[in-house]
Amino acid sequence: MTCEILIAGFGGQGVLSMGKILAYAGIMNNKEVTWLPSYGPEQRGGTSNVTVVISDNAISSPIVDHFDVVIALNQQSLTKFESKVKPDGQLIYDTYGITTPPSRTDIRIYPIDAMQTAVKNNMQKMFNTIILGALIAVNPIVSINDVMQSLKKTLPERYHHLLPANEQALHIGFNL
Amino acid sequence: MLLKGNEALALAAIRYGVDAYYGYPITPQSEIMETLIAQKPWESTGMTVLQAESEVAAINMVYGTAATGRMAMTSSSGPGISLMQNGISYLCGANLPCLIVNVMRGGPGLGTISPSQADYFQATRGGGHGDYRTLVLAPSSVQEMADFVAIAFQWAFRYRNPAMILADGTIGQMMEKVTLPPFQQRLTASEVAKLHTWASTGRREGQQRNIVSSLDLDPAAMELKCLNREQRYQVAIDNDARHQAIHCDDAEILIVAFGSAARICTKTVQLARQQGIRAGLFRPITLWPFPAQALRQAAQHAQHILVVELNAGQMIDDVRLALTTQNNPTTTPNLPNTSNHPNTPTITHYGRLGGVVFTPEEILNHIKNIHTAPPTQTAPPTQTTPPTQTAPSTPPH
Repeated sequence: MTCEILIAGFGGQGVLSMGKILAYAGIMNNKEVTWLPSYGPEQRGGTSNVTVVISDNAISSPIVDHFDVVIALNQQSLTKFESKVKPDGQLIYDTYGITTPPSRTDIRIYPIDAMQTAVKNNMQKMFNTIILGALIAVNPIVSINDVMQSLKKTLPERYHHLLPANEQALHIGFNL
Repeated sequence: MLLKGNEALALAAIRYGVDAYYGYPITPQSEIMETLIAQKPWESTGMTVLQAESEVAAINMVYGTAATGRMAMTSSSGPGISLMQNGISYLCGANLPCLIVNVMRGGPGLGTISPSQADYFQATRGGGHGDYRTLVLAPSSVQEMADFVAIAFQWAFRYRNPAMILADGTIGQMMEKVTLPPFQQRLTASEVAKLHTWASTGRREGQQRNIVSSLDLDPAAMELKCLNREQRYQVAIDNDARHQAIHCDDAEILIVAFGSAARICTKTVQLARQQGIRAGLFRPITLWPFPAQALRQAAQHAQHILVVELNAGQMIDDVRLALTTQNNPTTTPNLPNTSNHPNTPTITHYGRLGGVVFTPEEILNHIKNIHTAPPTQTAPPTQTTPPTQTAPSTPPH
């Protein structure tokens, strides 16, 4: 099985880091992975995106036209990538600041209120982790345990005291 | 480990026992020097890592280190590699081994920072002045970014000539699982002196002066040196051309692509086969020497050869040479004579320029057009599809 995922949002929102945590989680689950960032001027502001492919087999192309899952974290990303979801694919978006919600009827759409939830739980910096939890709830390509293993690996040790809070954030996202 | 191509290459260089890196930062390859500096190999293996004041300085530092028989490398992207051409020509002229890494971006000029393969001609034709070639390896995965460091240095020292790793922004910036090579000790001074007698390692008593230079004002002597170089190139052509063939045996449509384009086309071939189209992929791993003979064999049943590159049509020249040359003295004899070829295949090109990257589906649509077109209406022998004729796809870059 192969899952092609795109995460898009504002530069600085942690889009690339989320992709990296997801890719590592794939490795923890013994999968093949590729992680391809937009490394252009986007990462200095504007929209940024990352393509993560997780597969049981060797991955052919890291460059993908249409995705099984698109995670859009702002209006621009939602507008740009709604059409890039495969039929019957999944579109997850954060409802905060969205004025034009997606309109396609041939895909599965999951609006989630991650930003507000993060603020309510005083977890603003774990907004990404909440989103990852929501992803796992709708597409168990990796597990919460895989993501926790991945965080242990990707977070510098000085931040390891934040691991329990991140686990909590994953569960909050999972239940949204 | 999950690493970017650039990071994997840098870590592999430390592990392979490379003696020195000189460079100047430029996107999309800056992580090479960043990783080297962060690793501080001068404290572990004794490797020198230096940010030069320019690319011109960097390549001449490489020349100096190479002249002492040491393993030296540099890396850059197109604009910087162009600045280095004078130094690369001198390195070839002085028969010096080194590794040059070009992580290509869209050009010409400063261009874009997005992936491109537009430096194919520069890499495979020499790029600087004089009769020379560089040995060019084109990785298509992060693992190959790591693995090709060792191969490039082995060939550079075997043929006493610069070797180049020609990657692009996709391969440099992408992260994949990678297994790094084991640690190898750097050579000691006495080992270098013993192994590389051509190098200037310090004049000992009773020894003649050893001057490493590309200059010889006597044309007859210079011709001998040039012929000697050509002989070494011939050995490389005969022995070291490498390729990868995917579903070529029964391919009617044969895609020829290298580097990241080959990765993208691997998926195109999978999708095409699922739809009953007999497509195959031939990937030159070495761009020079070009795997001409292997391509001739792979193309035996092909009706159509589609050369897919992130440029306006460069490798297609080598594909045409390989498939139309008879009795070329620089290739192995007893080749299938193309004039007796049952179907002389049509050769066309598909490219995106300036940092735009095609997707697997985009190539598949192009193949379907070829596949359904009746033979009388096939495109002229060479055609670069202008972007206006392609599907207005927007890859996520």
